Amino acid sequence: MALVALGIRELHDLLIRKDVSATEVVTAFLERTAAVDPYVRAYLTVLADHALTVARAYDSGQMALDASPIAGIPLAIKDVICTAGIRTTCGSRILENFLPPYDATVTEHLQKAGAIFLGKTNMDEFAMGSSTENSAFGPTLNPWDLRCVPGGSSGGSAAAVAADLCAGSLGTDTGGSIRQPAAFCGVVGLKPTYGRVSRFGLVAFASSLDQIGPITKNVEDAAILLQVIAGYDQRDSSSVNREVPEYRSALDRPIKGLKLGIPKEYFLPGMHPDVSSAVEQAIRTCAEMGAEIVETSLPHTEYGVAAYYIIAPAEASSNLARYDGVKYGLRTPDTKDLLSMYSRSRSQGFGWEVKRRIMLGTYVLSAGYYDAYYKKASQVRSLIRDDFERAFQSCDALLTPVAPFPAFRIGEKTDDPLQMYLSDAFTLPASLAGIPGISVPCGLSSEGLPIGLQILGPHFSEELILQIAYQFEQASIFRSRKPELPLPADSLPAQ
Amino acid sequence: MTQKIAREEVRHVAKLARMEFNDQDEERLTGQINSILNYMDKLNELDTTGVDPMTHAIRLQNVFRADEVHPSLERERALANAPAADGVNFVVPKVI
Repeated sequence: MALVALGIRELHDLLIRKDVSATEVVTAFLERTAAVDPYVRAYLTVLADHALTVARAYDSGQMALDASPIAGIPLAIKDVICTAGIRTTCGSRILENFLPPYDATVTEHLQKAGAIFLGKTNMDEFAMGSSTENSAFGPTLNPWDLRCVPGGSSGGSAAAVAADLCAGSLGTDTGGSIRQPAAFCGVVGLKPTYGRVSRFGLVAFASSLDQIGPITKNVEDAAILLQVIAGYDQRDSSSVNREVPEYRSALDRPIKGLKLGIPKEYFLPGMHPDVSSAVEQAIRTCAEMGAEIVETSLPHTEYGVAAYYIIAPAEASSNLARYDGVKYGLRTPDTKDLLSMYSRSRSQGFGWEVKRRIMLGTYVLSAGYYDAYYKKASQVRSLIRDDFERAFQSCDALLTPVAPFPAFRIGEKTDDPLQMYLSDAFTLPASLAGIPGISVPCGLSSEGLPIGLQILGPHFSEELILQIAYQFEQASIFRSRKPELPLPADSLPAQ
Repeated sequence: MTQKIAREEVRHVAKLARMEFNDQDEERLTGQINSILNYMDKLNELDTTGVDPMTHAIRLQNVFRADEVHPSLERERALANAPAADGVNFVVPKVI
């Protein structure tokens, strides 16, 4: 198998055995990126010189490959996570030239562990979207079918992993933005429990929901990356001071005897038939491995979309008030007074989806509407959390589809925000409840597009959902499937 | 579909949010926000009397730390991304 197709653990084994040099590995990914990324457009910034410099430091013995399981491993980082001195755009014109003065805690952890950053990946502007079509720098395309979206908002990170443009990546998930693109691109994506991973240096979208997590080629790699980034951080007061378990050590445990709940609200008549059949097959596979399958109910599931699209825009309208053309970011020149400088810079710098959410958020928080919308949504959020707590009293974890359909066509949902929002119906409730979830590939649709199985667990149950995902992955026939790339030149999409 | 928000109100909210829209965008936005708010009515199917609003994803107590001086971002780096700065301060159009 080609070097670039390998996952983190396999690549690290080769590096440690000196079967390949770090420079060879980085060069292979850079060549692959030069050949394939003009089609997929996963990267906003490629750090070729930086990556080669670090690789040479490994090959000359200045850096030690045995320092950690990710030493010498080329990774991609979503462009909403601050990298000191490396352009971080959030997919927005307003931050087109922003050079963060510090590193996010997660990028610090990755660098200390010796990872090599290959580049920053494309995303929906400020992580607002489900298709990566809202990037100010153009959409990323799905490596399995360039006519389709890669999902979002971490579409660049998921596509980069699926197209073998990096060994693994980081994404962020506010309402499904790791799990849904991982499902659409046929890779593994893990959203940790809220508070498990520090948000320091993550550009804020909705602070009570945002979490950083890994997107990888297999479940073991997700455990490896989570190990490096998880933990308490004094600089994020919502991060939780709680021991980080050894995630890899649980993977081999059989799932025999575990109770896995199937929430009936996640299997709707309108769903894509290939999604229901792939997920039902996955459930049968778990049953064959000895898990006990129990039907369960999360009765408030259908209210998730409405609650989320009040709470997230409300938080966003407050968080994005900081883009005023003063401290960083775009400023419209030649404005006479401060107020018009604010409003013109913001109107020029933000894209349509971001503006719409700021407007919606400002409205639901404004005098006279707060109780009807924000308070009501926060109460419904409690009911959704209670649903999960009740379900976890009678089962260890839940199995659901990640999305009601596989990747949709570019442009198919851009004119109808509600249709786009409904594509998150199965990922939003877990985000609102703050529980962890993992997306693992479980099949292909009749059109050859990947389908994801979502495994949800109680707060801080990453060990358990990784174990179930790993056991399923080992038993599933899907895991060796890859999209066919590079593509012939005539499939290059029109600009 | 009920009219939840009129154009004048959209204009007022834009002012609160420090944004400007031309006529065409204002109209489009009014339509889209109305359809989204109509969908939000779904929440009123639920009786939430006595339900505590959830403000944190996990139950957190107040987080305190000692009030000690630590190094912070140096002025030069804090000003490095500013559209206009004079080496000491951020520069903005005249306020008064």
